[in-house]
Amino acid sequence: MKTETSAVDINRNIGDFAYPEVHVRDAGAGLSEKTIHYISDVKEDPDWVREYRLRGLKTFLEKPLPTHWASKDLEAIDFDKIRYYLSPGTAAKRSWDEVPEDIKRTFERLGIPEQERKFLAGVEAQFDSEAVYSNIKKAVGEQGVIFVGSTEGLKNHPEIFRKWFGKVIPIGDNKFSALNSAVFSGGSFIYVPPGVKVKHPLQAYFRINAENFGQFERTLIIADEGSEVTYMEGCTAPKFNTTTLHSAVVELVALKGAKIQYITVQNWSANVFNLVTKRGLAHENAEVKWIDCNIGSRLTMKYPSVIMKGRKARGEVLSIALANDGQHQDTGAKMIHAADETTSNIISKSISIGKGRATYRGLVHVPKHLKNCKNNTECDALLINATSRTDTYPAITVRGTGNAVQHEASVSQVSAEQIFYMQQRGLTEAQAMSLSVNGFVNDLVRQFPMEYSVELKRLIELEMEGSVG
Amino acid sequence: MKELSVENLHVTIADQEIVRGLTLRVPRGEVHALMGPNGSGKSTLAKVLAGHPDYQVTKGKVMMDGENLLELEPDERARRGLFMAFQYPSEVPGVTIANFLRAAIQSRLPEGEELEATDYYAKLYEKMELLGMDRSFTSRAVNEGFSGGEKKRTEILQLAMLEPKYAVLDETDSGLDIDALKTVAHGVNSLRGPDLGVLLITHYQRLLNYIIPDHVHVMVAGRIVRSGRKELALELEERGYDWAREGAAEPVLR
Repeated sequence: MKTETSAVDINRNIGDFAYPEVHVRDAGAGLSEKTIHYISDVKEDPDWVREYRLRGLKTFLEKPLPTHWASKDLEAIDFDKIRYYLSPGTAAKRSWDEVPEDIKRTFERLGIPEQERKFLAGVEAQFDSEAVYSNIKKAVGEQGVIFVGSTEGLKNHPEIFRKWFGKVIPIGDNKFSALNSAVFSGGSFIYVPPGVKVKHPLQAYFRINAENFGQFERTLIIADEGSEVTYMEGCTAPKFNTTTLHSAVVELVALKGAKIQYITVQNWSANVFNLVTKRGLAHENAEVKWIDCNIGSRLTMKYPSVIMKGRKARGEVLSIALANDGQHQDTGAKMIHAADETTSNIISKSISIGKGRATYRGLVHVPKHLKNCKNNTECDALLINATSRTDTYPAITVRGTGNAVQHEASVSQVSAEQIFYMQQRGLTEAQAMSLSVNGFVNDLVRQFPMEYSVELKRLIELEMEGSVG
Repeated sequence: MKELSVENLHVTIADQEIVRGLTLRVPRGEVHALMGPNGSGKSTLAKVLAGHPDYQVTKGKVMMDGENLLELEPDERARRGLFMAFQYPSEVPGVTIANFLRAAIQSRLPEGEELEATDYYAKLYEKMELLGMDRSFTSRAVNEGFSGGEKKRTEILQLAMLEPKYAVLDETDSGLDIDALKTVAHGVNSLRGPDLGVLLITHYQRLLNYIIPDHVHVMVAGRIVRSGRKELALELEERGYDWAREGAAEPVLR
């Protein structure tokens, strides 16, 4: 089969570039108490943060890798070779004019349209481990919304930050949450006051721009009573030759009646280990919704969770995973029902291409004493090639009476007849495959904000190039 | 010569010869009906013309306006102007008719040229009206959960939108009730003209009451055994395929 270029004008090299690094603060490779003190000194951490980091380190060193259930590929991470802290040595910027030219150039190469750059007014972009650009949209600021980097958050808003930090995901939750607790830097801190509905999504761009450098951002979002906020996180990383570790922790707190929607499009380069812990706490009548798309990375292990703590709380995870050659997307969702009348919904779609592997792990927990809880789980897998692989591990424990759970799973393939049919209409085999895959995820993508659904479709088209023939 | 021509075509699938020396010419601007009993190789011919990978052409030529079709990929044939209405159209889950057709038309445009959305929708709605299709159809996934009649109408809608030079309609009448048949025939008739050659494959004479062919060919056991004007279809209906076999120039294997 001939190779055809995609009908969509995409530069394959996008996201595949790097600019000269200016790292004046470097903790060196490897991890020890010395590293922690170095980080705390440079960041001028309050004492409680330094102690928190040291506890994180201790827990990290004690905990084994979860290879008894997870991929043995984790053993390929050489923790001694990773540099755990790096700062461009610049303070967070507030205006567009102050943003370094090469970073502006990065946005340009990513093809962010002019229109979307307007959004950048309310964007926090992270390059390497510090926020180099942080401009709170004026309107958001006037509403009393705090949208800053986590370092700034813990220093300038300790009364809110400290109350919730580490409460949703404790240090010892897992080995990688412990690692993040030890070396975290960057990430966002957002507080939305009671009743405030943030109209535009708050966005953050993350990049890795240093070889062998792990990124450990820490994000904490608190939506106070009756408030609403959407946060968007997207990554397009430069490609490097050596193994890179990305291990973030994201904690969401939706107080009574609040709504948080957290959207991720993950497109790390194929050498990145993306081991992320994401969890939301939904109080009475509150809603936490994760929209999670994993396109890139070598190994992603990520299971966004919602603990429904208050009556009538709702949790939702919509996820799309695309695993190409050399990739393992080990993703899923966890729904912990901890109050009556709580409802949760999980829709997961995975696509495996070539020798790619997609794994779904889902956990739904409804204890015996609860009443009128509902869960709906749908997980669909699409296999593109005969060498593609998918596995599903649902763990559903629903006890008691009056609780309802519904689980559907499917594995399908794009049939040769379907491709022939589409080719007969003039589409190349690659275009036909790409359109089929977009069709497979279409009903989910439709629920995404416009700019992300377009970006996602493009990413899928890019991934599908060269997957046929 | 502007024509779709098949010359001494031999086709096998899984070592079995299905088409055995078939010769046929469909000039642009004419409608040719190809009739034949079940298993005569009609649908195989349609699929081979479109380039289905399961069939092997062991001998013969297929030319479209002087160009060798057999050297082209299925999508290249389509973009050069060959359309096939499938007997059993595939479902394309999650892809709406509007998006599917848009991608198909876009694939025919020169690089860098974008389809004008308003013109596209105006044309789409016009053609849907012609075929008695509700506009809400545009947002339904291609053939997903469609009735037999809806599928066939959708095939003709695609034919109308893609404006090919040659169209092969494979048993488009099968599974249609009389009203649906009339609508589909109306659609095809409205597309007839000097720029379109049609090969109408059918098992029954019924369709030919509504789409009057210029020529009729009878295919039995992998080759054309009789050709004639439209009256041949009626004669065939009356006398049956055995009569057609007997009239073959050389003995036909059964």
